[in-house]
Amino acid sequence: MAAQNLQSVPAELTPEEDAAGQAHFDRIIAEDSRIEPRDWMPAAYRKTLLRQVSQHAHSEIIGMQPEANWISRAPSLKRKAILMAKVQDEAGHGLYLYSAAETLGQSRDKMMDDLIAGKARYSSIFNYPALTWADMGAIGWLVDGAAICNQVPLCRASYGPYGRAMVRICKEESFHQRQGFEILLELSNGTPEQKQMAQDAVNRWYAPALMMFGPPDDDSPNSKQSMAWNIKRFSNDELRSRFVGMMVEQVRVLGLTLPDDQIRFNEDTRKWEHGPLDWDEFHEVLAGRGPCNAQRLERRRAAHDDGAWVREAAAAYADKQRAKQSAKQQKEYAA
Amino acid sequence: MSPHGNPDAPASSATEINREAPNASPKVEAAPEAGPAVDHHDRSTWGLWEVFVRSSRGLSHVHAGSLHAPDAAMALRNARDLYTRRNEGVSIWVVPADAIAASDPDSKGSFFESPQGKDYRHATYYTKSEGVKHL
Ligand SMILES: [Fe+2]
Ligand SMILES: [Fe+2]
Repeated sequence: MAAQNLQSVPAELTPEEDAAGQAHFDRIIAEDSRIEPRDWMPAAYRKTLLRQVSQHAHSEIIGMQPEANWISRAPSLKRKAILMAKVQDEAGHGLYLYSAAETLGQSRDKMMDDLIAGKARYSSIFNYPALTWADMGAIGWLVDGAAICNQVPLCRASYGPYGRAMVRICKEESFHQRQGFEILLELSNGTPEQKQMAQDAVNRWYAPALMMFGPPDDDSPNSKQSMAWNIKRFSNDELRSRFVGMMVEQVRVLGLTLPDDQIRFNEDTRKWEHGPLDWDEFHEVLAGRGPCNAQRLERRRAAHDDGAWVREAAAAYADKQRAKQSAKQQKEYAA
Repeated sequence: MSPHGNPDAPASSATEINREAPNASPKVEAAPEAGPAVDHHDRSTWGLWEVFVRSSRGLSHVHAGSLHAPDAAMALRNARDLYTRRNEGVSIWVVPADAIAASDPDSKGSFFESPQGKDYRHATYYTKSEGVKHL
């Protein structure tokens, strides 16, 4: 399998060239500069990035589903148009990231096959159901909000194509969070039933959103290496704490509450703290046993299969045009 | 791999998609990175295109990213949908990735002429005219 071959060193490189490559790589990382696709890089760096970037791409693609399900039921034409634009953005994010992953030597087709075959991972958050219209608000505000918190530092990731994809993505994400906030704000200022619906959605998405930052630092063995390579700039807990601080402020504007009575600002550490999270649930969902895992993969598989005839038709048409073109050229050449 | 700095031997066919990645051999799958160039005639794998966008009149086209498409017309349409959803461009170029020749990334210092001792190529080298107006 290609992914395994990634660990091996290309045959044509001698140990001296490897040592020179490593020295060059170390210097670039020390200068906080960027590694580009054709640079020598350690096999483990390539493997780590390929895993992270492809999982990130899969998350964007699967992440379209909870919201796409609500497009036909959006309460107004305006909300429908907004939701369609957001879902289209997420498709774009997936494609930017697949391109970045491809520069590491894995084909997009292979990555997509892995996703459909259930061999690849994606963010656990998208395996929770979106039960009401208010969930569109909570997803935009909390899920895209957490994603932004995670992604802004990734704009400075040491791997050039990844950083560039993140810059593009971050520019588009801010509208995602704002439209979600607006949905919640409108519901919160609506009837008591609407306000209750908004509160219920926040209650359900709060903890899963916090878990998007990954396991606690002492249970995140790869974080340290990722930070040493300048891929990650801040630890999981650090980013989670920052996110909680921002949400505490914003939830007041919404007139809602966060379902966590242990949130407090620690004056000694100068950090926000929150109540315990159910990490068993996190690992269960990640392992494929969440409420919607099967449904999400099934939908992705069906979409891929349903689109097969379009891909085939486009390729057949392109072949035909090329054949025509070369016949014409040969005729002109002969004449 | 081309010798460092040899301008007659391009380091690669092009593009950021690394087809010389360590998994290139042995060739086990018909993955685009495995061969020297993407086969645009392969029905299962659409070719890779690099996208350049002119953000407004008077500016150059700038590399925006890449995408897969079966032909140029589809590549242009995909590029429009993928890279200009918010009026980011007034013109798009798409180029088959394998049609771009690239310099060797390691050749900094040999392929690229050394700037050492060549300060006189910059205006800041000439200090005697300081204080003289419009110079
Ligand atoms: Fe996204
Ligand atoms: Fe988003």
